[in-house]
Formats: sequence, structure tokens, C-alpha cells
Amino acid sequence: MKFAVLQFPGSNCDQDCVHVLQNVLGHPTRLLWHKESVLGDVDAVLVPGGFSYGDYLRTGSIARFSPVMQAVKEFADQGGLVLGICNGFQILCEAGLLPGALIRNRSLQFRCEHVYLKVATQDSPFTQAIPEGKLLRIPIAHGEGNYFCDAATLEELEAKEQILFQYADRDGDVTDHANPNGSLKNIAGICNTARNVAGMMPHPERAAEAALNEDDGRLIFESLIAGLNPAPAPA
Amino acid sequence: MKAKVIITPKPEVLDPQGKTVQTALEHMGCTGVGEVRVGKYIEIEMDGDADTVKAKLSEYADKFLANPNIEDYRLKLED
Repeated sequence: MKFAVLQFPGSNCDQDCVHVLQNVLGHPTRLLWHKESVLGDVDAVLVPGGFSYGDYLRTGSIARFSPVMQAVKEFADQGGLVLGICNGFQILCEAGLLPGALIRNRSLQFRCEHVYLKVATQDSPFTQAIPEGKLLRIPIAHGEGNYFCDAATLEELEAKEQILFQYADRDGDVTDHANPNGSLKNIAGICNTARNVAGMMPHPERAAEAALNEDDGRLIFESLIAGLNPAPAPA
Repeated sequence: MKAKVIITPKPEVLDPQGKTVQTALEHMGCTGVGEVRVGKYIEIEMDGDADTVKAKLSEYADKFLANPNIEDYRLKLED
């Protein structure tokens, strides 16, 4: 299967994503500069982390106007798989592809550390290959990862099982103490109602190979690959 | 004319920055300080009469300058 990784001025996790997809998992992957208006022949798009456009105005708010994001919106509307990581999650929220917004961490600190993630549902192309009950240990690195939405949206997220990952302690309990940024319901990642677009603040691409002695993040990419292999690419 | 857009976090959104500024003011010995909210202020030079500018700016603010999920805004026009 073929991946595209977007590249905005200020992206800085793009090469890590390419490395994992291409060198670790062996799938053809290309970088797409923000000025490209055509995605080409791809099965899934990754919107990587970083500080696109210097985080000006609000994180992710400028990137959504780039030509490549118009193509990503069309791709997503047709059912194409899109995963936003960290700044990519912020961009997808600003673009209206995911509900809610990411605001300043409640501690006001930039948090760069490992967290444990409870997988709230395996019913998504992003989590389907994760064994039941498996707790993921993956790093975060963000100053604005505090997920917020209004009460009605939160209710819908829960009712439709759109919450994919929640910050938990090492026993898998979702507690306030384990919440690194103040996110509602300890939300670390969500998907849209159609379940083909997801965003997450933790960085699976930074924990995806045995050589690093941590590869829980790999399960998320393997979920994507498992979902795409049996099915034809979206039209 | 000069248009001013004042953007503030919605009342229901936690504003840790405002909270920290409030605490710092208290540490400075300032008395009578209540809740502090930190927002953004944008100045834009615009052509057109007040009604047109207001209509256009509202659209720009709804779509881009403010995020309706987390922020409110108000407009002020200056000749």
C-alpha cells in the first residue's frame, strides 16, 4: 500500500513518519509539499507533527488553507484514510475534518514524556490490529494538546465510540493524574463519525521499531495496513 | 478604516494562561483582582463602509480569525 506524508513549512516529524512506513514497515511512501494540489495514487495520508506555519494565530489554523489540504479534504470525503499526529491532529480539527479543538495544556508546560494509552475501541482502521486490553506506551511532545469540545460533541463522541485513545496510568486506569494536558475525558485521540479520519497527540512514529526498544506505535500503522490490504483503495 | 478584532476564550473553556496571570498579579500584591482571561487582539486595515466591513470581518472571524469551538470575538471599527 502507498502512503503520503504531508510536509508544511515547520513540519518536523515528517521524516520520522517516512522512515517508519518505508524502512521499518516496507511500504512505498512519499512526501507531499504543502503546495501540491493533487495527492496522486495513495491509500492513506499522514499529517505529521511539528509547528506548521510557526503555529501562528492558532496551532494548525494556517495549514488548513494550503492547496494540499484541499486535496486531503476531498480524499477524506471519499473515504480515504487520514491520520493526523500531534500538529497533524490540530490541523485536522482546524480543517473541520475532526470535531473539537486542541488548546493550551492546563499546566502551561510543554510536555515531553512517555504516556500510557488505553485503546478505547478496536473498531477503527487505526486500532483494529491492537490486541484487546493492550496498553500502548508512546511519547508525547506538545504544548497544546488539551482536547476540548462542547458538551453535545463530547456526548456524540462517546455515543458513537469515536474516542480511540485515552491517557491512562500504567495499570490502564484512566485517571486525572495520568492526564498530561487536561484533555476532556483524558482524550488522546479520536476519529470522525465515518471512522476514516483520526487524530492523536502522542507520536506513534517515535515508538515503532525494536531497535529503539519500544514499538507499541507500530501497532497503529499495522492497523492501517491491515485495513487496506484486503480492500481496494478508495475511488 | 481600521478594524479591530478582539478574541477571547469562551466562558466554558479553561484558560490556564489567564489563571496564571491572575495568580501572578496576586503574587505582585495586587488587590481586587478577579478572574483573568487572556485572548488575542488583531488590527486589520479594511476598505469600504462600516456595514460592509463589519459583514466581511464577521465572515472572516467565523471562518478563520477565531475558532468557534473555543473562542468568542467582537469587532470594533475606527475611521
